[in-house]
Amino acid sequence: MRPLALTLSALVAVLFVVSLTVGPAGIGARDGLAALILGGDGPEPLVMREIRLPRALLGVMIGASLGLSGAALQGYLRNPLAEPGLIGVSGSAALGAVLAIHTGLAAATTLALPMAALAGAGTGVLLILMLAGPRGGSITLILAGIAISALAASLTSLVLNLSPNPYAASEIVFWMMGSLADRSMTHVWLALPLMLAGGAALLTLGRGLDALTLGEDAAEAMGLRLARVRLTLVLGTAAMVGAAVAVAGAIGFVGLVVPHLLRPLVGARPSRILWASVLGGAAMVLAADIAVRLVLPERDLKLGVLTAIVGAPLFLHLIYKTRGAQA
Amino acid sequence: MRGCVRPSRLIALGLAFALAGVTARADTAPARVVSINLCTDQLAMMLAAPEQLVSISDLAADPHSSAMAQEARGYRINHGGAEEVYLLDPDLVLAGAYSDPATVAMLRRVGLRVVQFDTARSLADTRDHIARMAEVLDREEAGAALISRFDARLDALRSADTRHSAALYHPNGYSLGAGTLSDGILRAAGLMNVARSLGLRGGGTVALERLVMAAPDLLIRAAPLPGASRSEAVMSHPALTALITETANMRITSPDWICGTPHVLDAVETLVTAREGLE
Amino acid sequence: MTLLSLNDLSVRLRGRAILTGVTLDVTEGEFIGLIGPNGAGKTTLMRAALGLLPHEGTSSLAALPPAARGRAAAWMPQARDIAWPVTVETLVALGRTPHLGGWQGIGAADRTHVDAALDTMGIEGLRHRTATRLSGGEQAMALIARALAQETPLLMADEPIAGLDPANQIATMQVFARLAAEGRAVIASLHDLGLAARHCTRLILLGDGSVAADGPPADVLTPENLARNFHVSAHYATTPHGPVFQPLEVIR
Repeated sequence: MRPLALTLSALVAVLFVVSLTVGPAGIGARDGLAALILGGDGPEPLVMREIRLPRALLGVMIGASLGLSGAALQGYLRNPLAEPGLIGVSGSAALGAVLAIHTGLAAATTLALPMAALAGAGTGVLLILMLAGPRGGSITLILAGIAISALAASLTSLVLNLSPNPYAASEIVFWMMGSLADRSMTHVWLALPLMLAGGAALLTLGRGLDALTLGEDAAEAMGLRLARVRLTLVLGTAAMVGAAVAVAGAIGFVGLVVPHLLRPLVGARPSRILWASVLGGAAMVLAADIAVRLVLPERDLKLGVLTAIVGAPLFLHLIYKTRGAQA
Repeated sequence: MRGCVRPSRLIALGLAFALAGVTARADTAPARVVSINLCTDQLAMMLAAPEQLVSISDLAADPHSSAMAQEARGYRINHGGAEEVYLLDPDLVLAGAYSDPATVAMLRRVGLRVVQFDTARSLADTRDHIARMAEVLDREEAGAALISRFDARLDALRSADTRHSAALYHPNGYSLGAGTLSDGILRAAGLMNVARSLGLRGGGTVALERLVMAAPDLLIRAAPLPGASRSEAVMSHPALTALITETANMRITSPDWICGTPHVLDAVETLVTAREGLE
Repeated sequence: MTLLSLNDLSVRLRGRAILTGVTLDVTEGEFIGLIGPNGAGKTTLMRAALGLLPHEGTSSLAALPPAARGRAAAWMPQARDIAWPVTVETLVALGRTPHLGGWQGIGAADRTHVDAALDTMGIEGLRHRTATRLSGGEQAMALIARALAQETPLLMADEPIAGLDPANQIATMQVFARLAAEGRAVIASLHDLGLAARHCTRLILLGDGSVAADGPPADVLTPENLARNFHVSAHYATTPHGPVFQPLEVIR
């Protein structure tokens, strides 16, 4: 476990620095980093401090949030196919955020937007847990998740459709695909408290998730308070994913792919996957965000497109493997 | 003056035949004209004879889009649907090159004459459109007079001074580069268009980073729109706010900038005043 | 010392009375075989006693706070869930969970218990194998080892030897008997009445949700009890090799 932790941390650190140095402004890597550290006035420090830094920070924060909540959900549901996007949490959070923006609530107070996204995420998670139950079988879970995602997406489209603002129609792309372009430090401060609180809550679930390997009955008999675990999971996931979506839109597949990739490396123990997924998720989102700026910079490629291009084939592979195992 | 107009009249005629399809050219002046495009609305309002213009589109009455929202109140409003237009019994329909193709095709199928005007991409286009509109409405004298006023005012405003740069920045980081009407307005006011110098042709996004690095002297933004949108969030980005305090910045009235009408000169004049304030 | 005390325990599910008025005590040194026909309520009794089911009446175990309960009794459910492909060693070590405090991980003392459990069940050779890839019987052995590693005074198991080969069945029953002899107590629900007769110190026969008989095997496995509750006739003899029990015919 030690070498893995060090490797992942180093990877995140490297990607963070690379993320700071990539962008359309054409600032050299050394100049850029110097401008960031030394500060001062002028266009270069401004770009580094106000545009590149928040973007890199948000890459880490959002990746960590998605990775951790994906790992926690998979651990609790005892299903490697679970992820916040699949079970409709991202879609519900996006709906909450869109409602806050288009009813003008977001303009009233700064906290209204992330709180609304949080409320949406919480509602979505509660619905899926009620519908599918803790062990409702993979098919039930996936179907319920698809239903909730579809419902949230259609309601989001409805709100945007009825909006008097001409940009509303194109915003659906942002909420469905996600992007970190032009985020500012305001977004960082907005999301950070919620993500830290949610993350702290989810990281306490390690032992409980390990015990759940034996099934709910045995775990409960060993002293696990199932109701408390469930509540912590719901609140923690809602906080982290709600904040992430409020800031960057829905970014899929990170919560699915990262725990899955790391599982063999940590001996499949849910508690270890929690920590590993924090780092792995950060690395994945940073890498995707760097790719978005390098691959087709003028075409405004969405972050979610890249994560989906990697994630969807992997997801298909997962289903194929599960099917093969059950056959 | 008439000599100057002739070549552009020929071009306008050619355009009319190329874009409008093959329909017999009316020998008499159209008596009932309906316009379904914002820009043709405004040009028609300026050039039409009394009672000639029967209806204009709802956009013409929207102060966010139209420079002539006041005048539009005196006209009947249509919403651009084929059925609605047909029931108005026009003998000429004015539309844009990008008006809903289904609607335009339907109107032609029921036997109406539809003349389409392309988007103005420069001040020269604006003059041509005035001339063509005058010709289509059979109001050539009014057209000529309008053009001569246009030319005179433009000559008075035009400056070769290019010491100062300006950037247009709209929600989603949208800006307008070479080959656009906005670019023409900036250059007529003696300002260098940052988007153009960054290599942008037509409309497109300019990354916030490159805008900041270009450090324009004048930052031009549009007024916020009704409702709310996430796209407008970039307009309050701290980097942009920092730029605003360092540069002179102004909001433009978008209606003047949208269409190729004489109102573009109002935009040029506002810019000239701003530029002179930069000295 | 009484390790479990049930007083008038009753369970109703969906309007039906599954369990009615069960009163019994379990003391140290007992290896109890819980027997009865399918649907008699054996699993319900054990789960209610543990506090995993809503019930009326009292159970001394259910009254404990969850953490204390985890240190008082180990429970091996009938469904042998192993959710993730962890190693057998990790699986067995999960039994130490109730003894870990705060953010602690597995310590040296815990490892000793894990090693002892693996050794007792004779699966030391499976230590590094992936639990989900084992055969059903091997998985059962690993899960029993987990319950052993929990080192609790009371061990409750729901059909622990189902699906095991004869050698492993006998060996497991001997492990339970030895635990009882060492001063602990084991309650195991069983269908194999022969093994129950040979290894258990006490049998509790459940019929229609209440205790039909309770006592040493010879007192419980009478022809009347067998006929009334199991609808079978059997051959029960005490031999130099110990009691031998074999069901023979179905009686209707």
